[in-house]
Amino acid sequence: MEIESAPAGAMPGIKLSSNANELLRSVDQIIEKHHGEASNLLQIMLDIQSENNWLSKQALARVSEKLSVPMTRIQHIATFYKAFSLVPKGRHKVHICVGTACHVRGATRILDTVEEATGIKPGETDLDLKFSLETVNCLGCCALGPVMEVDGKVHGKMSPVKASKALKTYE
Amino acid sequence: MARLETPEALESFRQEILSRRDPDSPCVSICAGAGCVASGADEVIAAFEKEIEAKGLSATVSTKGTGCPGFCEQGPVVVIYPEEICYLQVQAKDVPEIVAQTIKNKQVVELLCFKDPATGKRAVKESDIPFYRSQQRTVLCNNIKIDSKRIEDYLALGGYAALAKALGQMTDLEVLEEVKKSNIRGRGGAGFPAGRKWEGSRNAKEPIKYVIVNADEGDPGAFMDRALLEGNPHSILEGLILGGYAVGAHEGYFYVRQEYPLAVKNIHLAIQQAEHYGLLGENILGSGFDFKVIVHQGAGAFVCGESTALMTSLEGKAGEPRPKYVRSNVKGLWERPSVLNNVETWANIPLIIDKGADWFTSVGTDSSKGTKIFSLVGKITNTGLVEVPMGMTLREIIYDIGGGIPNNKKFKAVQTGGPSGGCIPEHLLDLQVGFDELTKAGSMMGSGGMIVMDEDTCMVDVARYFIAFLTDESCGKCVPCREGLRQMHRILTNITKGKGKQGDIELLEELAETAVEASLCALGKSAPNPFLSTLKYFREEYEAHINDKKCPALACKELINFYIDPDRCTGCGTCRKQCPADAINGDKNLIHIIDQDKCTRCGTCFEVCPPKFSSVVKLSGDPVPDPVPEEERTIRKKIKEKG
Ligand SMILES: Cc1cc2nc3c(=O)[nH]c(=O)nc-3n(C[C@H](O)[C@H](O)[C@H](O)COP(=O)(O)O)c2cc1C
Ligand code: SF4
Ligand code: SF4
Ligand code: FES
Repeated sequence: MEIESAPAGAMPGIKLSSNANELLRSVDQIIEKHHGEASNLLQIMLDIQSENNWLSKQALARVSEKLSVPMTRIQHIATFYKAFSLVPKGRHKVHICVGTACHVRGATRILDTVEEATGIKPGETDLDLKFSLETVNCLGCCALGPVMEVDGKVHGKMSPVKASKALKTYE
Repeated sequence: MARLETPEALESFRQEILSRRDPDSPCVSICAGAGCVASGADEVIAAFEKEIEAKGLSATVSTKGTGCPGFCEQGPVVVIYPEEICYLQVQAKDVPEIVAQTIKNKQVVELLCFKDPATGKRAVKESDIPFYRSQQRTVLCNNIKIDSKRIEDYLALGGYAALAKALGQMTDLEVLEEVKKSNIRGRGGAGFPAGRKWEGSRNAKEPIKYVIVNADEGDPGAFMDRALLEGNPHSILEGLILGGYAVGAHEGYFYVRQEYPLAVKNIHLAIQQAEHYGLLGENILGSGFDFKVIVHQGAGAFVCGESTALMTSLEGKAGEPRPKYVRSNVKGLWERPSVLNNVETWANIPLIIDKGADWFTSVGTDSSKGTKIFSLVGKITNTGLVEVPMGMTLREIIYDIGGGIPNNKKFKAVQTGGPSGGCIPEHLLDLQVGFDELTKAGSMMGSGGMIVMDEDTCMVDVARYFIAFLTDESCGKCVPCREGLRQMHRILTNITKGKGKQGDIELLEELAETAVEASLCALGKSAPNPFLSTLKYFREEYEAHINDKKCPALACKELINFYIDPDRCTGCGTCRKQCPADAINGDKNLIHIIDQDKCTRCGTCFEVCPPKFSSVVKLSGDPVPDPVPEEERTIRKKIKEKG
């Protein structure tokens, strides 16, 4: 598995620690918050992910060193759980629910439309780093299905036309 | 207010809260659950606060954001007390009128009340709405009465009375016996009796034990745990403390899925508040019982809901299942006895201790006691959460509560039990819901997802969908699950694409059998269920796909064509304008034609063609008629217009 490190400055809108010290400081803070305990590894990685949008190699190396957990285990975890990303994410995170309730109400068509509008497939980020697209298996808003979530805001009762309109409102 | 040192102090604090509250003073409750927030509840809450302030009513009228009352599709839901007037689909712009009419003049704004589509009659109170009328809401009912951020609201409704009773008047063994006597079976999946699981942990030798809430809710299409976690976190916390007391655990865990941020926040807050009042922590209510709780977020893996995987994940590792040579209740988290129960199971415990096991067993069937919350979703008129006594029939749930199938479509099947469950066809609609009844029908209770499907749903596609989901979510440890599901997915996908072959069904059956027999954990063992149940009840659909290259539900993209009926097309051009593939040719007064080579079968034309024309038709298995020759494409004006 290759872990890319993003060139600093090339990431418009992403909270990327432009200098490595700042990144390491924030990682250290998160580790401290979790009392530096290896059993909190998952929670620590979740916090780093939500702070930085992704898990960079430097950040993971720091975690490995501070918690004395081998890098292989960290990488296993980072690839096992869906919440983690080893590449930088776009400014807007689009989640299309493909849970059962949304599926029977036509989620596939929403996904097709969004793929077309953004030019990316689930798991990808576009070249401008504007959108990252993911599918999710249920957001718990099934009554409003099909559902699309952008940056944590749920858009319910989607149709292909409504979905592509909604995406246009994001810069 | 300081720590409560005794059960009596809790009681007098409760009386004090109640005495400060006037049950007759007006209160506006707005659902602040995830579904309603998605429909704009936050703006509605803000609008109420502003309007009440502006009209100088702040001193007399209170506003609160509550938990989910279940009728999510009709959200944002607003209930005005003390009259209990229920308004649906309220928008911020409706707020001034509600304040002027209902709060000041005590008049009902009819337009915002539920309208029965059958009779046209309006229902003013929540209890008059057919969706709620046949339900029996014992676990969910408090959601709408509680601001989940305020422990006082929970206390006012009798919260933590069960804990006070247990710690003050019952031995730990008596608490366990009461739970055993209630016969409550786990609400998260297999329906294992909770009391027996607890007893196993209690009797285990290792002195350090744990109790855990499974709030992973991995089932797509189910959201009852979310509603409880967000709406009434204290009820789950109280259940967990009672469980800790009964089995002798001093540490409890919440394992919550990361996709539910509001739930995580509300539980953290509930824990803090309970600690503040001495309902959690050391020497709870002066009883000498110590108990602490830790919240752990999941990271988006379905298999982590499985008990052994969840505990491995709690230990900070990749959440992979392990063989259960020794049960988790004897050797679980950090190899210590650990009781894992579902959110809804825990939420029932305070009710059982408070009201007694006999009260609990008075509801339900012989083998399934109490109520169960279902999430009724899919192709159904009233979508949302419903809580019904065990033993109610599927027909009652789907038709009396759910209002049947919308758009005059025919019911086809209801899928229960999540990815491990199955599809139940129409001729079994009178089945009573209960753990054993559903299993007998080839499905499962699961966590309570009920996904209703109508005639437009293809059952082969449904089977493909679930296998795809589980192929993705398999941890990959064992071959029959990892490779077998992948093969099943490949074959099913081929069938839905019209590439099915003779022998495919038999091969699928063989793969299914192997996965059931040889997988390590229940994910793999139960994965073939959706396939097996659809094959059992809808075999002719599989055969039509394979033999006739036809999708009877007209759903599988590769097997259908869209065609414009020349006799019906009015040349209105709606479809042409909306077609994303520029596949439609036409003009004013010209019969429209679809270029089958360009068409991506997105279905937009079918959807947008005005219902009074309905000129776009779907074909499957039949050849697409040749387009109308150019010279016959002009639509002649109606005689009426001439004269
Ligand atoms: C693959 C898999 C996923 C599961 N996901 C959940 C879940 O999300 N929530 C849950 O409560 N139980 C889930 N279960 C069931 C649990 O393993 C366990 O039986 C249950 O949490 C026990 O609680 P209960 O006895 O109160 O039902 C899952 C089981 C399997 C095999
Ligand atoms: S059955 Fe599947 S999910 Fe379960 S342990 Fe085996 S590979 Fe993993
Ligand atoms: S199905 Fe879609 S692509 Fe095909 S004609 Fe209709 S609108 Fe156009
Ligand atoms: S299935 Fe899409 S929100 Fe539940």
